[in-house]
Amino acid sequence: MSLQAMTYMVVGATFALYIGIAIWARAGSTSEFYVAGGGVPPVLNGMATGADWMSAASFISMAGLIANMGYGGGLFLMGWTGGYVLLAMLLAPYLRKFGKFTVPQFVGDRFYSKAASCVAVMCLLAASLTYIIGQMTGVGVAFSRFLGVSNSTGVFIGMGIVFMYAVFGGMKGITYTQVAQYCVLILAYTIPAIFISMTLTGNPLPQLGLGGDFVGTDMSLLGKLDQVVMDLGFPQYTTMTRISTLNMFVYTMSLMIGTAGLPHVIMRFFTVPSVKAARSSAGWALVFIAILYTTAPGVAAMARLNLHASVNTAVKKDYATDELRNAAMFATESSIRYDDRPDWMKRWEVTGLLKFEDKNGDGRIQYYNDKNTPAGATAAGWKGSELSVNRDIMVLANPEIAKLPNWVIALVAAGGLAAALSTAAGLLLAISSAISHDLFKNIFMPDMSEKNELMTGKIAMACSIVVAGYLGLNPPDFAAGTVAIAFGLAASSIFPALMMGIFNKKMNKEGAMAGMLAGIGVTMIYVFAHKGLFFIKGTEFLGLFGGKANFFLGIEPNAFGAIGALVNFAVAYVVSKITPECPEHIQHMVESVRTPRGAKAVDGTHAH
Amino acid sequence: MDKSGEAYWKAVLTLIAQVLAVWFFVSFGCGILFADALNSMSIGGYPLGFWFAQQGSMYVFVILIFVYGKLMNNLDIKFDVHEE
Repeated sequence: MSLQAMTYMVVGATFALYIGIAIWARAGSTSEFYVAGGGVPPVLNGMATGADWMSAASFISMAGLIANMGYGGGLFLMGWTGGYVLLAMLLAPYLRKFGKFTVPQFVGDRFYSKAASCVAVMCLLAASLTYIIGQMTGVGVAFSRFLGVSNSTGVFIGMGIVFMYAVFGGMKGITYTQVAQYCVLILAYTIPAIFISMTLTGNPLPQLGLGGDFVGTDMSLLGKLDQVVMDLGFPQYTTMTRISTLNMFVYTMSLMIGTAGLPHVIMRFFTVPSVKAARSSAGWALVFIAILYTTAPGVAAMARLNLHASVNTAVKKDYATDELRNAAMFATESSIRYDDRPDWMKRWEVTGLLKFEDKNGDGRIQYYNDKNTPAGATAAGWKGSELSVNRDIMVLANPEIAKLPNWVIALVAAGGLAAALSTAAGLLLAISSAISHDLFKNIFMPDMSEKNELMTGKIAMACSIVVAGYLGLNPPDFAAGTVAIAFGLAASSIFPALMMGIFNKKMNKEGAMAGMLAGIGVTMIYVFAHKGLFFIKGTEFLGLFGGKANFFLGIEPNAFGAIGALVNFAVAYVVSKITPECPEHIQHMVESVRTPRGAKAVDGTHAH
Repeated sequence: MDKSGEAYWKAVLTLIAQVLAVWFFVSFGCGILFADALNSMSIGGYPLGFWFAQQGSMYVFVILIFVYGKLMNNLDIKFDVHEE
């Protein structure tokens, strides 16, 4: 069966599976729809949370970025798992005890103010919308490859499918569908990784294989990779820091506290059966997330090695001395001829995400770091790197590069779509409930009918998809980079407000609001200065800050959320000291939130 | 023994501080700040600092959450504030 037909079949079969489960599980009541995981064993609930959490950024984009960033890519791995420790300890059990559905509801009640709730809605929208732009970028990559169309067409098709999925599906709350999605995406991620690890190291587990020896030699795989990339002028893989140690530190912190501040993740912990379950379900979720995250470094390093090997035949060979190896790497016949390029390159060229430009006119592909040209390259007459590979394609192209069977390639496409669609749908639901319920119903139009509330939610979803899709055509960064910005926005606004709401019972509404606005404000200014006002290309205003990128201590915009959070805490503290103290009854409420006993079933109403 | 709400909250904060210390040490410490120094040692074929950044810290995080959950449940029972 051809690859194309196989891909349609596997993607179609997985979609049929999700829809089938959704119909089968539909019997439940509406409250079951919201109380995701009530009565579901914690292990399955953990899987569902994993599917909700792992998006196109984790599945499609992350390993490709790590392949490029080497050691520095660890910031994604630590950042996106370490946040669960914070979530489990600092937020989940207390938010569960509080017993409300959404983040704006918590903020509104704890800070006794509709205005505070309104500010929380704004922060939530900013973070979620940015997050969806990242998903759209990923969906565009997946669809463009899977349907053999340009990347822009891929984004448009993705917009349509995400809309249908989110608006008509309502699949988000049905735990068993998400369990199925988790199974599809984890199989799709690990099967090719096992194949490749087996071929390159003889060890089926990528977690161990990455530390193992390159097959047929007594050299470690990482040592081999270090050697190859350094020969070609790239920085050493295992020690390459992301910009600076400080930047890496701040970036990791930003992703961690952003994890604990993202509405669609937090929402899951509002609705587990008990406070005790809130603690353990964070643990189970992390177990299932870690299966993918500990596989990713192997995928990244092996994909990087295979990519170099597929255009340079000397990469995988063993040479007695460094001189011999160096001579072979830059020998004319080692660079493959463009006409002999492997099929996977032809397929990705259609999408426009992989490009070849024959700079020295020899009809062969030279791929190296031309910003730090190695001596051998100059001597061999190389005139610049001729291959550009979009980092977001690495995971999807990986099984093709490694020449794995067609069914594996098809499965990876299905996994990428499952990851992107489940998360996009979750985020869109968070957006629609924030706008229709927390904003319109509770603030502007209290007597709105349920039907209108539902309609408002759907319109909000549609608008979000159009905006995110449009910005996804010219994304501010690679999928995982864009998602990192979303985490920064959540980190600088929602996380500190929730933290202070629980751990500082004297924090008042003035402090919380000023903190959120200041935190997200500085973060947005820093991000927009680099990436354009509301991510629109051409509206960057770095000039106002001296024109140099990363002007604040060399910290990149994607990492700025942690700084924003510091500003948030500081401003909130100062403002709360000079404004009226938090009322007595709120302080009592905070005390009661701190002990598990008396946790009630969740109810969605406001306490006003 | 003091079973007041204040004593319970103090015990909770102490536990959180201990877990956070480990959390910080493995990721920001071993994975970032001391990674270069640790790279002179190796574990399972990995340079140690690289291993903490791309493998080790994640295993520790998983263990930490379950240990925290267990210790918190014990605290809840000890202070008699657990759910019925």
